[in-house]
Amino acid sequence: MIEMQNLTKCFGDITAVDGLTLHVGEGEICGLLGPNGAGKTTTVRMLCGLISKSSGSAHVGGYEVSNVADAVPMRKLIGLVSENLGLYDDLTASQNLAFYGRLYGCSEARRKANSQRFLGMLDLWGHRDAPVATFSKGMKQKLAIARALIHDPQILFLDEPTANLDPESARTVRDFLVALKQGKRTIVLNTHNLAEAQSICDRIAILNTRLVASGTPDELERATGGRHIAIRVEDIEVAREPILAAVQGVLPTGRVRVEGDQLTVEVAEPERHIADTVSAIVHAGGRIQFAGVGGSNLEQAYLALVGRGR
Amino acid sequence: MRLSQAWIITSKDFSTFRKKSNILYATFGAPILLAIFLPAVIAFVEHRHTGSALRPVFDHILPVFTFFWIILAGASPATIASYTIVGEKIERSLESLLATPTTDSEILVGKGLAAFLPPLGAILAGAIIFMGLMDVVTRGILGHNIFPNGNALVVVFVLVPLAVLMSVEWNVIVSSRVSDVRIAQQIGMLLVLPFIGLYASGELGLIALGVVRNLLIIAGILVVVDAVLLVLARATFKRERILTKWR
Repeated sequence: MIEMQNLTKCFGDITAVDGLTLHVGEGEICGLLGPNGAGKTTTVRMLCGLISKSSGSAHVGGYEVSNVADAVPMRKLIGLVSENLGLYDDLTASQNLAFYGRLYGCSEARRKANSQRFLGMLDLWGHRDAPVATFSKGMKQKLAIARALIHDPQILFLDEPTANLDPESARTVRDFLVALKQGKRTIVLNTHNLAEAQSICDRIAILNTRLVASGTPDELERATGGRHIAIRVEDIEVAREPILAAVQGVLPTGRVRVEGDQLTVEVAEPERHIADTVSAIVHAGGRIQFAGVGGSNLEQAYLALVGRGR
Repeated sequence: MRLSQAWIITSKDFSTFRKKSNILYATFGAPILLAIFLPAVIAFVEHRHTGSALRPVFDHILPVFTFFWIILAGASPATIASYTIVGEKIERSLESLLATPTTDSEILVGKGLAAFLPPLGAILAGAIIFMGLMDVVTRGILGHNIFPNGNALVVVFVLVPLAVLMSVEWNVIVSSRVSDVRIAQQIGMLLVLPFIGLYASGELGLIALGVVRNLLIIAGILVVVDAVLLVLARATFKRERILTKWR
Protein backbone atom coordinates (compact mmCIF):
# COMPACT_ATOMS: atom_id res chain seq x y z
CA MET A 1 0.00 0.00 0.00
CA ILE A 2 2.87 2.36 0.88
CA GLU A 3 6.35 1.72 -0.48
CA MET A 4 9.43 3.85 0.10
CA GLN A 5 12.81 3.20 -1.47
CA ASN A 6 15.76 5.34 -0.41
CA LEU A 7 13.40 8.23 0.13
CA THR A 8 15.39 11.36 0.87
CA LYS A 9 14.50 14.95 1.56
CA CYS A 10 16.98 17.78 1.91
CA PHE A 11 16.27 21.39 2.81
CA GLY A 12 19.36 23.16 1.55
CA ASP A 13 22.29 21.61 3.40
CA ILE A 14 20.08 19.90 5.94
CA THR A 15 18.99 16.33 5.31
CA ALA A 16 15.62 15.84 6.97
CA VAL A 17 15.00 12.29 5.73
CA ASP A 18 17.92 10.16 4.63
CA GLY A 19 17.45 7.09 2.42
CA LEU A 20 14.29 5.78 4.05
CA THR A 21 13.22 2.35 2.81
CA LEU A 22 10.01 1.07 4.32
CA HIS A 23 6.92 -0.91 3.34
CA VAL A 24 3.51 -0.55 4.95
CA GLY A 25 1.04 -3.21 3.93
CA GLU A 26 -2.70 -2.93 3.41
CA GLY A 27 -4.68 -2.87 6.63
CA GLU A 28 -1.56 -2.35 8.70
CA ILE A 29 -1.07 0.27 11.41
CA CYS A 30 2.51 1.46 11.20
CA GLY A 31 3.89 3.72 13.89
CA LEU A 32 6.64 6.19 13.07
CA LEU A 33 8.65 6.88 16.20
CA GLY A 34 11.58 9.16 16.60
CA PRO A 35 12.83 12.23 18.43
CA ASN A 36 11.85 15.74 17.41
CA GLY A 37 13.42 16.58 14.07
CA ALA A 38 13.75 12.90 13.13
CA GLY A 39 11.89 13.47 9.85
CA LYS A 40 8.54 11.92 10.73
CA THR A 41 6.40 14.88 9.66
CA THR A 42 8.56 15.47 6.58
CA THR A 43 8.06 11.81 5.62
CA VAL A 44 4.29 12.09 5.99
CA ARG A 45 4.26 15.32 4.00
CA MET A 46 6.19 13.65 1.19
CA LEU A 47 3.83 10.66 1.22
CA CYS A 48 0.83 12.99 1.05
CA GLY A 49 2.36 14.81 -1.92
CA LEU A 50 2.61 18.04 0.03
CA ILE A 51 6.33 18.46 -0.44
CA SER A 52 8.63 17.01 -3.06
CA LYS A 53 11.27 14.38 -2.41
CA SER A 54 14.91 15.09 -3.14
CA SER A 55 15.68 11.55 -4.30
CA GLY A 56 14.50 7.96 -4.02
CA SER A 57 10.97 6.84 -4.70
CA ALA A 58 7.72 6.54 -2.83
CA HIS A 59 4.45 4.97 -3.92
CA VAL A 60 1.17 5.40 -2.09
CA GLY A 61 -1.74 3.24 -3.22
CA GLY A 62 0.17 2.53 -6.42
CA TYR A 63 0.75 6.19 -7.24
CA GLU A 64 4.22 7.73 -7.38
CA VAL A 65 4.10 10.67 -4.97
CA SER A 66 6.15 13.03 -7.11
CA ASN A 67 4.17 12.42 -10.28
CA VAL A 68 2.08 15.57 -10.84
CA ALA A 69 -0.52 13.65 -12.85
CA ASP A 70 -1.01 11.23 -9.93
CA ALA A 71 -1.38 13.94 -7.30
CA VAL A 72 -5.16 14.40 -7.38
CA PRO A 73 -6.17 10.70 -7.57
CA MET A 74 -3.56 9.85 -4.92
CA ARG A 75 -4.90 12.46 -2.51
CA LYS A 76 -8.37 10.99 -2.88
CA LEU A 77 -7.01 7.80 -1.27
CA ILE A 78 -5.51 9.68 1.64
CA GLY A 79 -6.83 11.20 4.84
CA LEU A 80 -4.50 13.42 6.85
CA VAL A 81 -4.66 14.59 10.43
CA SER A 82 -1.76 16.99 10.60
CA GLU A 83 -0.05 18.28 13.70
CA ASN A 84 -1.92 21.55 13.16
CA LEU A 85 -5.53 20.47 13.20
CA GLY A 86 -6.51 23.17 10.74
CA LEU A 87 -10.21 23.40 11.48
CA TYR A 88 -12.27 26.49 10.70
CA ASP A 89 -13.29 27.94 14.07
CA ASP A 90 -16.11 30.07 12.65
CA LEU A 91 -17.81 27.09 11.03
CA THR A 92 -19.70 24.36 12.84
CA ALA A 93 -18.46 20.78 13.04
CA SER A 94 -20.94 19.78 10.32
CA GLN A 95 -19.88 22.66 8.08
CA ASN A 96 -16.22 21.73 8.47
CA LEU A 97 -16.98 18.14 7.46
CA ALA A 98 -19.26 19.23 4.61
CA PHE A 99 -16.57 21.52 3.19
CA TYR A 100 -13.94 18.80 3.13
CA GLY A 101 -16.44 16.21 1.92
CA ARG A 102 -17.25 18.41 -1.06
CA LEU A 103 -13.56 18.94 -1.83
CA TYR A 104 -13.13 15.15 -1.88
CA GLY A 105 -16.09 14.82 -4.24
CA CYS A 106 -18.38 12.97 -1.81
CA SER A 107 -22.08 13.01 -2.59
CA GLU A 108 -24.28 14.79 -0.08
CA ALA A 109 -25.80 11.48 1.07
CA ARG A 110 -22.35 10.01 1.68
CA ARG A 111 -21.17 13.14 3.49
CA LYS A 112 -24.16 13.06 5.79
CA ALA A 113 -23.86 9.33 6.44
CA ASN A 114 -20.15 9.57 7.21
CA SER A 115 -20.60 12.68 9.35
CA GLN A 116 -23.20 10.89 11.46
CA ARG A 117 -21.13 7.73 11.64
CA PHE A 118 -17.79 9.24 12.60
CA LEU A 119 -19.09 12.07 14.78
CA GLY A 120 -21.16 9.43 16.57
CA MET A 121 -18.19 7.10 17.06
CA LEU A 122 -16.15 9.99 18.43
CA ASP A 123 -18.88 11.30 20.77
CA LEU A 124 -19.32 14.53 18.81
CA TRP A 125 -22.71 14.03 17.19
CA GLY A 126 -24.43 16.15 19.84
CA HIS A 127 -22.06 19.02 19.03
CA ARG A 128 -22.40 18.90 15.26
CA ASP A 129 -24.07 22.31 14.99
CA ALA A 130 -21.79 24.11 17.44
CA PRO A 131 -19.03 26.41 16.13
CA VAL A 132 -15.65 24.73 16.37
CA ALA A 133 -14.37 27.78 18.29
CA THR A 134 -16.37 26.50 21.28
CA PHE A 135 -14.72 23.05 21.18
CA SER A 136 -12.10 21.82 23.63
CA LYS A 137 -8.71 20.68 22.33
CA GLY A 138 -9.80 17.05 22.59
CA MET A 139 -13.02 17.68 20.67
CA LYS A 140 -11.09 19.47 17.95
CA GLN A 141 -8.65 16.58 17.72
CA LYS A 142 -11.51 14.12 17.31
CA LEU A 143 -13.21 16.34 14.75
CA ALA A 144 -9.96 16.52 12.75
CA ILE A 145 -9.93 12.72 12.68
CA ALA A 146 -13.55 12.63 11.52
CA ARG A 147 -12.68 15.17 8.84
CA ALA A 148 -9.81 13.01 7.59
CA LEU A 149 -12.23 10.09 7.25
CA ILE A 150 -15.16 11.91 5.65
CA HIS A 151 -14.33 10.47 2.20
CA ASP A 152 -13.58 6.92 3.44
CA PRO A 153 -9.86 7.03 2.59
CA GLN A 154 -7.96 3.78 2.24
CA ILE A 155 -4.90 5.32 3.84
CA LEU A 156 -4.85 7.50 6.92
CA PHE A 157 -1.89 9.58 8.10
CA LEU A 158 -2.08 10.75 11.70
CA ASP A 159 0.47 13.14 13.15
CA GLU A 160 0.39 13.01 16.95
CA PRO A 161 -3.35 12.30 17.16
CA THR A 162 -3.43 12.02 20.95
CA ALA A 163 -0.93 14.73 21.82
CA ASN A 164 -2.23 17.01 24.59
CA LEU A 165 -5.40 14.99 25.05
CA ASP A 166 -6.74 14.03 28.44
CA PRO A 167 -6.53 10.27 29.14
CA GLU A 168 -10.21 9.67 28.42
CA SER A 169 -10.15 11.44 25.04
CA ALA A 170 -6.86 9.74 24.15
CA ARG A 171 -8.42 6.38 24.89
CA THR A 172 -11.46 7.20 22.74
CA VAL A 173 -9.14 8.07 19.86
CA ARG A 174 -7.03 4.93 20.32
CA ASP A 175 -10.10 2.69 20.48
CA PHE A 176 -11.40 4.43 17.38
CA LEU A 177 -8.15 3.77 15.50
CA VAL A 178 -8.25 0.11 16.45
CA ALA A 179 -11.86 -0.03 15.23
CA LEU A 180 -10.78 1.54 11.93
CA LYS A 181 -8.32 -1.29 11.45
CA GLN A 182 -11.24 -3.67 11.08
CA GLY A 183 -12.14 -1.76 7.94
CA LYS A 184 -8.81 -2.72 6.34
CA ARG A 185 -7.53 0.83 6.42
CA THR A 186 -3.82 1.39 6.28
CA ILE A 187 -2.77 3.80 9.01
CA VAL A 188 0.53 5.60 9.48
CA LEU A 189 0.78 7.01 12.97
CA ASN A 190 3.39 9.58 14.00
CA THR A 191 3.69 9.54 17.73
CA HIS A 192 5.96 10.10 20.69
CA ASN A 193 3.69 7.99 22.86
CA LEU A 194 5.44 4.62 23.05
CA ALA A 195 2.68 2.90 25.00
CA GLU A 196 0.21 4.01 22.37
CA ALA A 197 2.42 2.75 19.57
CA GLN A 198 2.89 -0.56 21.34
CA SER A 199 -0.82 -1.05 21.95
CA ILE A 200 -2.18 -0.22 18.51
CA CYS A 201 0.61 -0.55 15.95
CA ASP A 202 1.26 -3.74 14.01
CA ARG A 203 4.68 -2.48 13.08
CA ILE A 204 6.91 0.31 14.24
CA ALA A 205 9.59 2.18 12.37
CA ILE A 206 12.05 4.18 14.41
CA LEU A 207 13.46 7.14 12.54
CA ASN A 208 16.27 9.45 13.36
CA THR A 209 16.63 11.07 9.97
CA ARG A 210 17.53 7.56 8.79
CA LEU A 211 15.57 4.41 9.51
CA VAL A 212 17.07 3.10 12.73
CA ALA A 213 14.95 -0.03 13.07
CA SER A 214 11.61 -1.46 12.09
CA GLY A 215 9.56 -4.43 13.13
CA THR A 216 6.74 -5.46 15.38
CA PRO A 217 6.84 -4.05 18.91
CA ASP A 218 7.98 -7.48 20.15
CA GLU A 219 10.74 -7.68 17.56
CA LEU A 220 12.05 -4.27 18.55
CA GLU A 221 12.02 -5.18 22.22
CA ARG A 222 14.02 -8.31 21.46
CA ALA A 223 16.38 -6.53 19.12
CA THR A 224 18.01 -4.67 21.97
CA GLY A 225 18.56 -7.78 24.09
CA GLY A 226 18.36 -7.88 27.88
CA ARG A 227 15.30 -10.13 27.85
CA HIS A 228 15.40 -12.56 30.72
CA ILE A 229 13.62 -14.95 33.04
CA ALA A 230 13.75 -13.89 36.70
CA ILE A 231 13.04 -16.50 39.36
CA ARG A 232 13.28 -16.06 43.10
CA VAL A 233 14.05 -19.35 44.87
CA GLU A 234 13.72 -19.80 48.61
CA ASP A 235 17.11 -20.55 50.18
CA ILE A 236 18.73 -21.02 46.80
CA GLU A 237 22.13 -21.71 48.39
CA VAL A 238 20.77 -25.02 49.82
CA ALA A 239 20.50 -26.53 46.33
CA ARG A 240 22.47 -24.04 44.27
CA GLU A 241 24.51 -26.46 42.17
CA PRO A 242 21.66 -28.86 41.19
CA ILE A 243 19.44 -25.88 40.36
CA LEU A 244 22.06 -24.25 38.14
CA ALA A 245 22.72 -27.58 36.43
CA ALA A 246 19.00 -28.07 35.82
CA VAL A 247 18.65 -24.58 34.34
CA GLN A 248 21.68 -25.08 32.08
CA GLY A 249 20.13 -28.37 30.99
CA VAL A 250 16.96 -26.62 29.86
CA LEU A 251 18.66 -23.48 28.51
CA PRO A 252 22.20 -24.38 27.44
CA THR A 253 22.64 -21.03 25.66
CA GLY A 254 21.23 -18.89 28.46
CA ARG A 255 23.47 -16.67 30.57
CA VAL A 256 22.71 -17.51 34.18
CA ARG A 257 23.57 -15.40 37.20
CA VAL A 258 22.56 -15.53 40.83
CA GLU A 259 22.20 -12.50 43.09
CA GLY A 260 20.92 -13.30 46.57
CA ASP A 261 17.92 -15.57 46.12
CA GLN A 262 17.26 -14.31 42.63
CA LEU A 263 18.26 -16.33 39.62
CA THR A 264 18.31 -14.56 36.30
CA VAL A 265 18.63 -16.24 32.89
CA GLU A 266 19.18 -14.00 29.86
CA VAL A 267 17.62 -15.72 26.90
CA ALA A 268 15.81 -14.87 23.68
CA GLU A 269 12.04 -15.27 23.86
CA PRO A 270 11.89 -15.86 27.61
CA GLU A 271 8.11 -16.39 27.44
CA ARG A 272 8.69 -19.64 25.54
CA HIS A 273 11.10 -21.05 28.12
CA ILE A 274 9.82 -19.94 31.51
CA ALA A 275 7.55 -22.93 32.13
CA ASP A 276 10.32 -25.49 31.40
CA THR A 277 12.79 -23.52 33.52
CA VAL A 278 10.43 -23.38 36.50
CA SER A 279 9.71 -27.08 36.14
CA ALA A 280 13.44 -27.90 36.04
CA ILE A 281 14.15 -25.87 39.18
CA VAL A 282 11.30 -27.56 41.06
CA HIS A 283 12.61 -31.00 40.02
CA ALA A 284 16.06 -29.96 41.25
CA GLY A 285 14.61 -29.28 44.70
CA GLY A 286 14.10 -25.51 44.49
CA ARG A 287 11.10 -23.82 46.11
CA ILE A 288 9.93 -20.99 43.88
CA GLN A 289 8.59 -17.79 45.37
CA PHE A 290 8.24 -15.79 42.17
CA ALA A 291 8.83 -16.26 38.44
CA GLY A 292 8.49 -13.73 35.68
CA VAL A 293 9.80 -12.34 32.42
CA GLY A 294 11.72 -9.10 32.36
CA GLY A 295 14.03 -7.09 30.25
CA SER A 296 13.76 -4.22 27.84
CA ASN A 297 10.35 -2.82 27.03
CA LEU A 298 9.62 -0.70 23.99
CA GLU A 299 10.76 2.45 25.73
CA GLN A 300 14.13 0.94 26.61
CA ALA A 301 14.41 -0.53 23.14
CA TYR A 302 13.55 2.85 21.60
CA LEU A 303 16.11 4.71 23.68
CA ALA A 304 18.77 2.11 22.92
CA LEU A 305 18.03 2.09 19.20
CA VAL A 306 17.87 5.87 18.84
CA GLY A 307 21.08 6.13 20.86
CA ARG A 308 22.75 3.60 18.57
CA GLY A 309 21.48 5.42 15.50
CA ARG A 310 23.17 8.68 16.46
CA MET B 1 -8.49 23.36 -13.64
CA ARG B 2 -11.89 22.58 -12.16
CA LEU B 3 -13.83 25.74 -11.38
CA SER B 4 -16.30 23.68 -9.33
CA GLN B 5 -13.48 22.75 -6.97
CA ALA B 6 -12.39 26.40 -6.71
CA TRP B 7 -15.98 27.45 -6.06
CA ILE B 8 -16.23 25.09 -3.05
CA ILE B 9 -13.36 27.05 -1.46
CA THR B 10 -14.96 30.36 -2.41
CA SER B 11 -18.28 29.30 -0.87
CA LYS B 12 -16.58 28.24 2.34
CA ASP B 13 -14.85 31.62 2.57
CA PHE B 14 -18.17 33.40 1.99
CA SER B 15 -19.65 31.43 4.91
CA THR B 16 -16.72 32.57 7.07
CA PHE B 17 -16.95 36.21 5.95
CA ARG B 18 -20.62 36.35 6.91
CA LYS B 19 -19.56 35.78 10.50
CA LYS B 20 -16.83 38.45 10.50
CA SER B 21 -18.39 41.84 11.09
CA ASN B 22 -15.12 43.72 10.49
CA ILE B 23 -14.88 42.22 7.00
CA LEU B 24 -18.50 43.08 6.22
CA TYR B 25 -18.10 46.67 7.40
CA ALA B 26 -14.80 47.17 5.56
CA THR B 27 -16.07 45.64 2.34
CA PHE B 28 -19.57 47.07 2.14
CA GLY B 29 -19.37 50.15 4.37
CA ALA B 30 -16.92 52.24 2.35
CA PRO B 31 -18.75 51.95 -1.03
CA ILE B 32 -22.09 52.80 0.57
CA LEU B 33 -20.60 55.78 2.37
CA LEU B 34 -18.90 57.00 -0.79
CA ALA B 35 -22.09 56.53 -2.82
CA ILE B 36 -24.00 58.75 -0.40
CA PHE B 37 -21.26 61.16 0.71
CA LEU B 38 -20.19 62.46 -2.72
CA PRO B 39 -23.70 63.35 -3.95
CA ALA B 40 -24.34 64.89 -0.52
CA VAL B 41 -21.31 67.16 -1.00
CA ILE B 42 -22.61 68.24 -4.42
CA ALA B 43 -26.07 68.84 -3.01
CA PHE B 44 -24.53 70.96 -0.24
CA VAL B 45 -22.51 73.00 -2.78
CA GLU B 46 -25.61 73.47 -4.90
CA HIS B 47 -27.50 74.67 -1.88
CA ARG B 48 -24.82 77.29 -1.16
CA HIS B 49 -24.08 78.39 -4.76
CA THR B 50 -27.00 78.16 -7.11
CA GLY B 51 -26.74 79.12 -10.78
CA SER B 52 -25.00 78.17 -14.01
CA ALA B 53 -21.58 79.09 -12.58
CA LEU B 54 -21.47 75.61 -11.14
CA ARG B 55 -21.68 73.94 -14.54
CA PRO B 56 -17.90 74.15 -15.37
CA VAL B 57 -17.11 73.06 -11.83
CA PHE B 58 -19.28 69.98 -12.25
CA ASP B 59 -17.73 69.26 -15.66
CA HIS B 60 -14.34 69.05 -13.93
CA ILE B 61 -15.25 67.51 -10.64
CA LEU B 62 -17.63 64.71 -11.62
CA PRO B 63 -15.08 62.70 -13.65
CA VAL B 64 -12.67 63.13 -10.74
CA PHE B 65 -15.32 61.92 -8.31
CA THR B 66 -15.88 58.93 -10.58
CA PHE B 67 -12.17 58.17 -10.32
CA PHE B 68 -12.61 57.80 -6.55
CA TRP B 69 -14.16 54.42 -7.29
CA ILE B 70 -10.85 53.20 -8.70
CA ILE B 71 -9.04 54.37 -5.57
CA LEU B 72 -11.60 52.50 -3.51
CA ALA B 73 -11.14 49.43 -5.72
CA GLY B 74 -7.42 49.50 -4.94
CA ALA B 75 -8.00 49.73 -1.20
CA SER B 76 -11.21 47.89 -0.42
CA PRO B 77 -10.15 44.28 -1.19
CA ALA B 78 -7.17 44.49 1.20
CA THR B 79 -9.23 43.48 4.23
CA ILE B 80 -10.94 40.50 2.69
CA ALA B 81 -7.99 39.37 0.55
CA SER B 82 -5.53 39.43 3.43
CA TYR B 83 -7.99 37.56 5.63
CA THR B 84 -8.66 34.82 3.09
CA ILE B 85 -4.98 33.79 3.00
CA VAL B 86 -3.55 35.01 6.30
CA GLY B 87 -6.69 33.79 8.07
CA GLU B 88 -5.89 30.27 6.88
CA LYS B 89 -2.32 30.71 8.08
CA ILE B 90 -3.49 31.83 11.50
CA GLU B 91 -5.94 28.93 11.78
CA ARG B 92 -3.17 26.64 10.46
CA SER B 93 -5.63 25.11 8.05
CA LEU B 94 -3.57 25.37 4.88
CA GLU B 95 -1.88 21.98 5.32
CA SER B 96 -5.20 20.15 5.57
CA LEU B 97 -6.54 22.11 2.61
CA LEU B 98 -3.44 21.36 0.54
CA ALA B 99 -3.79 17.65 1.33
CA THR B 100 -7.16 17.51 -0.45
CA PRO B 101 -7.42 16.53 -4.12
CA THR B 102 -7.30 20.17 -5.15
CA THR B 103 -4.60 21.74 -7.27
CA ASP B 104 -2.66 24.85 -6.29
CA SER B 105 -4.38 26.76 -9.09
CA GLU B 106 -7.82 25.72 -7.88
CA ILE B 107 -7.04 26.88 -4.35
CA LEU B 108 -5.58 30.15 -5.64
CA VAL B 109 -8.58 30.79 -7.89
CA GLY B 110 -10.99 29.84 -5.10
CA LYS B 111 -9.30 32.19 -2.70
CA GLY B 112 -9.00 34.86 -5.39
CA LEU B 113 -12.72 34.72 -6.21
CA ALA B 114 -13.60 34.91 -2.52
CA ALA B 115 -11.52 38.07 -2.25
CA PHE B 116 -12.54 39.49 -5.66
CA LEU B 117 -16.32 39.12 -5.84
CA PRO B 118 -17.55 40.78 -2.61
CA PRO B 119 -15.56 44.03 -2.99
CA LEU B 120 -16.30 44.16 -6.71
CA GLY B 121 -20.02 43.66 -6.07
CA ALA B 122 -20.02 46.25 -3.30
CA ILE B 123 -18.14 48.81 -5.42
CA LEU B 124 -20.32 48.26 -8.49
CA ALA B 125 -23.46 48.60 -6.39
CA GLY B 126 -22.04 51.70 -4.70
CA ALA B 127 -21.05 53.22 -8.05
CA ILE B 128 -24.52 52.63 -9.49
CA ILE B 129 -26.14 54.23 -6.43
CA PHE B 130 -23.62 57.08 -6.72
CA MET B 131 -24.46 57.71 -10.38
CA GLY B 132 -28.19 57.64 -9.70
CA LEU B 133 -27.97 60.03 -6.75
CA MET B 134 -25.54 62.28 -8.61
CA ASP B 135 -27.97 62.56 -11.52
CA VAL B 136 -30.70 63.52 -9.08
CA VAL B 137 -28.64 66.31 -7.45
CA THR B 138 -27.03 67.71 -10.63
CA ARG B 139 -29.96 67.52 -13.05
CA GLY B 140 -31.23 70.93 -11.95
CA ILE B 141 -27.96 72.68 -12.82
CA LEU B 142 -26.89 70.65 -15.87
CA GLY B 143 -30.35 70.23 -17.34
CA HIS B 144 -29.67 66.59 -18.18
CA ASN B 145 -28.44 63.32 -16.59
CA ILE B 146 -24.66 63.23 -16.61
CA PHE B 147 -24.58 59.49 -15.79
CA PRO B 148 -24.18 57.03 -17.29
CA ASN B 149 -21.59 58.23 -19.77
CA GLY B 150 -18.71 56.59 -21.61
CA ASN B 151 -16.16 57.85 -19.13
CA ALA B 152 -18.06 56.47 -16.15
CA LEU B 153 -18.74 53.15 -17.86
CA VAL B 154 -15.02 52.65 -18.55
CA VAL B 155 -14.16 53.55 -14.97
CA VAL B 156 -16.81 51.38 -13.34
CA PHE B 157 -16.88 48.36 -15.62
CA VAL B 158 -13.27 48.22 -16.85
CA LEU B 159 -10.94 50.04 -14.47
CA VAL B 160 -12.65 49.07 -11.22
CA PRO B 161 -12.55 45.29 -11.91
CA LEU B 162 -8.93 45.57 -13.03
CA ALA B 163 -8.02 47.53 -9.90
CA VAL B 164 -9.84 45.04 -7.65
CA LEU B 165 -8.03 42.16 -9.37
CA MET B 166 -4.72 43.95 -8.94
CA SER B 167 -5.41 44.50 -5.26
CA VAL B 168 -6.34 40.84 -4.74
CA GLU B 169 -3.18 39.60 -6.48
CA TRP B 170 -1.02 42.06 -4.58
CA ASN B 171 -2.57 40.95 -1.30
CA VAL B 172 -1.98 37.27 -2.10
CA ILE B 173 1.71 38.06 -2.56
CA VAL B 174 1.83 40.17 0.60
CA SER B 175 -0.03 37.50 2.58
CA SER B 176 2.65 34.95 1.81
CA ARG B 177 5.22 37.08 3.61
CA VAL B 178 3.35 38.02 6.78
CA SER B 179 1.38 36.13 9.40
CA ASP B 180 -0.65 38.96 10.88
CA VAL B 181 -3.89 40.06 9.22
CA ARG B 182 -3.48 43.72 10.22
CA ILE B 183 0.06 43.96 8.86
CA ALA B 184 -1.11 42.28 5.64
CA GLN B 185 -3.91 44.82 5.34
CA GLN B 186 -1.60 47.76 5.98
CA ILE B 187 0.90 46.62 3.37
CA GLY B 188 -1.95 45.67 1.04
CA MET B 189 -3.34 49.19 1.30
CA LEU B 190 -0.11 50.57 -0.17
CA LEU B 191 -1.49 49.60 -3.55
CA VAL B 192 -3.78 52.57 -3.36
CA LEU B 193 -0.80 54.94 -3.75
CA PRO B 194 -0.46 54.66 -7.56
CA PHE B 195 -4.16 55.40 -7.93
CA ILE B 196 -3.90 58.40 -5.62
CA GLY B 197 -0.96 59.49 -7.76
CA LEU B 198 -3.14 59.24 -10.85
CA TYR B 199 -5.87 61.22 -9.14
CA ALA B 200 -3.36 63.90 -8.12
CA SER B 201 -2.07 64.00 -11.70
CA GLY B 202 -5.62 64.64 -12.84
CA GLU B 203 -6.03 67.42 -10.31
CA LEU B 204 -2.71 68.99 -11.38
CA GLY B 205 -3.75 68.84 -15.01
CA LEU B 206 -1.04 66.36 -15.97
CA ILE B 207 -3.61 63.89 -17.24
CA ALA B 208 -7.23 64.39 -18.22
CA LEU B 209 -9.21 61.77 -16.31
CA GLY B 210 -12.41 62.76 -18.08
CA VAL B 211 -11.11 61.55 -21.45
CA VAL B 212 -12.07 57.98 -22.37
CA ARG B 213 -8.89 57.43 -24.40
CA ASN B 214 -6.73 58.23 -21.37
CA LEU B 215 -8.78 55.88 -19.21
CA LEU B 216 -8.33 53.10 -21.77
CA ILE B 217 -4.57 53.66 -21.70
CA ILE B 218 -4.69 53.34 -17.91
CA ALA B 219 -6.76 50.16 -18.38
CA GLY B 220 -4.09 48.77 -20.73
CA ILE B 221 -1.39 49.43 -18.12
CA LEU B 222 -3.51 47.76 -15.45
CA VAL B 223 -3.96 44.67 -17.66
CA VAL B 224 -0.17 44.35 -17.95
CA VAL B 225 0.37 44.89 -14.22
CA ASP B 226 -2.40 42.39 -13.42
CA ALA B 227 -0.76 39.81 -15.69
CA VAL B 228 2.64 40.30 -14.01
CA LEU B 229 1.12 40.10 -10.52
CA LEU B 230 -0.80 36.97 -11.51
CA VAL B 231 2.45 35.27 -12.52
CA LEU B 232 4.06 36.35 -9.24
CA ALA B 233 1.05 35.26 -7.16
CA ARG B 234 1.02 31.90 -8.92
CA ALA B 235 4.74 31.46 -8.24
CA THR B 236 4.17 32.36 -4.58
CA PHE B 237 1.25 29.99 -4.16
CA LYS B 238 3.06 26.68 -4.50
CA ARG B 239 2.22 23.83 -2.16
CA GLU B 240 5.75 23.15 -0.95
CA ARG B 241 6.62 26.81 -0.66
CA ILE B 242 3.51 27.43 1.46
CA LEU B 243 4.41 24.65 3.88
CA THR B 244 8.12 25.27 4.14
CA LYS B 245 8.77 28.93 3.35
CA TRP B 246 5.68 30.89 4.32
CA ARG B 247 6.01 32.55 7.70
